[in-house]
Amino acid sequence: MTALLEVEDLKVAYGKIEAVKGISFSVEAGQIVTLIGTNGAGKTTTLRTLSGLLKPSGGRIVFDGKPLQGVGAHKIVAMGLAHSPEGRRIFPRLTIAENLKLGAFLRKDAAGIDSDIKRAYELFPILGERSKQAAGTLSGGEQQMLAMGRALMSRPKLLMLDEPSMGLSPIMMQKIMATIAELKSQGTTILLVEQNAQAALSLADQGHVMEVGKVVLSGTGQDLLVDESVRKAYLGED
Amino acid sequence: MNDLPQQLANGLLLGALYGLIAIGYTMVYGIVQLINFAHGEIFMIGGFGALTAFLWLPSGTSLLIALPLMILMAMACSVLVAVGAERFAYRPLRDAPRLAPLITAIGLSIALQQAIWAFYPDATKSRPFPEFEGGRLDFGAFAISRGDLFLLIAAPLCMITLGVFVSKTRTGRAMQATSQDPDTAKLMGINTDRIIVTAFAIGAAFAAIAAVAHGLKYGEVNFKMGFIAGLKAFTAAVLGGIGNIYGAMIGGLVLGLAEAMATAYIENIPGMSQLGGGAWKDVWAFVLLILVLLLRPQGLLGARVSDRA
Repeated sequence: MTALLEVEDLKVAYGKIEAVKGISFSVEAGQIVTLIGTNGAGKTTTLRTLSGLLKPSGGRIVFDGKPLQGVGAHKIVAMGLAHSPEGRRIFPRLTIAENLKLGAFLRKDAAGIDSDIKRAYELFPILGERSKQAAGTLSGGEQQMLAMGRALMSRPKLLMLDEPSMGLSPIMMQKIMATIAELKSQGTTILLVEQNAQAALSLADQGHVMEVGKVVLSGTGQDLLVDESVRKAYLGED
Repeated sequence: MNDLPQQLANGLLLGALYGLIAIGYTMVYGIVQLINFAHGEIFMIGGFGALTAFLWLPSGTSLLIALPLMILMAMACSVLVAVGAERFAYRPLRDAPRLAPLITAIGLSIALQQAIWAFYPDATKSRPFPEFEGGRLDFGAFAISRGDLFLLIAAPLCMITLGVFVSKTRTGRAMQATSQDPDTAKLMGINTDRIIVTAFAIGAAFAAIAAVAHGLKYGEVNFKMGFIAGLKAFTAAVLGGIGNIYGAMIGGLVLGLAEAMATAYIENIPGMSQLGGGAWKDVWAFVLLILVLLLRPQGLLGARVSDRA
């Protein structure tokens, strides 16, 4: 069986500076795969390239059997790849309901959209309570929920989450991580970028450690959790 | 001050005209952060489009019958030029430093003016624009010209349609999303290139309607008319809060009223008797712009400039 997403020798450059220097990994349907690493390792750049916001300077991306390089960002969503970006990036002056509807922008099935909005409200009850409120008035954690809910509205085959725990309180972070686990149990395939390596690896089937644009270590989430170099570098142990 | 109702009517009509043109500045700015300084010329070209349509019709055609064709032709010309400018002048510069598209806009503005001057028959001087026959319509306290009636109907109709379009339709919401965060809008599956073209086209269509109204109001079109009208509409857009379509409408009305009031009444203020009258109206309009930029740079309704930078 071929993987849902296959990334082969992907390179991305900002001008002359290469931020991603030839990485390869794959994501199988139903898995959670995580990319961990410090700031500037190229994790966000990788996701932004997969969703078409950046153009790769080399390598191959195959998603669901189709090549992705050179495809416009707005068409990639239609192929089933959703991206909840770093910093949440909700539309602050639109309401929560309008934000969710924009997540389903390409869908035409009004009834399905309505039932998915209801599902998002079940997953995150606070969004339902505040559905008519401008999204900019939500707290950071609530905005993260909205960003995830919005990404799910396209019914993606693969959901990419960039730093969902960034800037959140420990309690809110646990909630978000629990939601990710729940999404997986419902069969959602997830590519997760996280600075919180402990939390990410505990959830992940596969993990890849990135350093300055390269994958330096790969393994199952459990393997990496107990790997000595990972523990030293990312889990704050010495 | 017993001519106050008349001055208010004059001001509101002028303001409605500014507001219609200001929509084009504000929509384009709201989405691509570009001050499209060629927008005044897009307005002017609409005026020439309308005149051309009128001249095509057999002489003696009633203006009322000619009007729909004139509006369509004005819109076609303005939209074509605006969309062409976006595609060939601004889009290649989308990732360039901001100064580059701005200079391009100014260059385009001059080029369009000169193109009409050089190639439109007899456009080196003002060309007469058809006017409605008959005297002014008397409402008792004030009277308006028959041409203004078009503005009185068209301006509110356009504004309401735009308001509903932006807040209620799928494309309108996509437009808001693109204006708030273009990259994330793409992640929703929104074709932001198409949204940008739509913004240019709507702005141009409104400018074309304003051009017809302007022609009917003043009875002429000329190749320079986009300059001062564009500058005033830009002032209106900034006044209301650039990027905000309701701000453009409000800013237009405030500017129109301020001009009318200043023209009529400033000379009554002791010591300012030389500063009244029509000759000074542009001065007062730009004084108002300077004051707004000093005291409330985000404009009357805007909070956008600060949360964008």
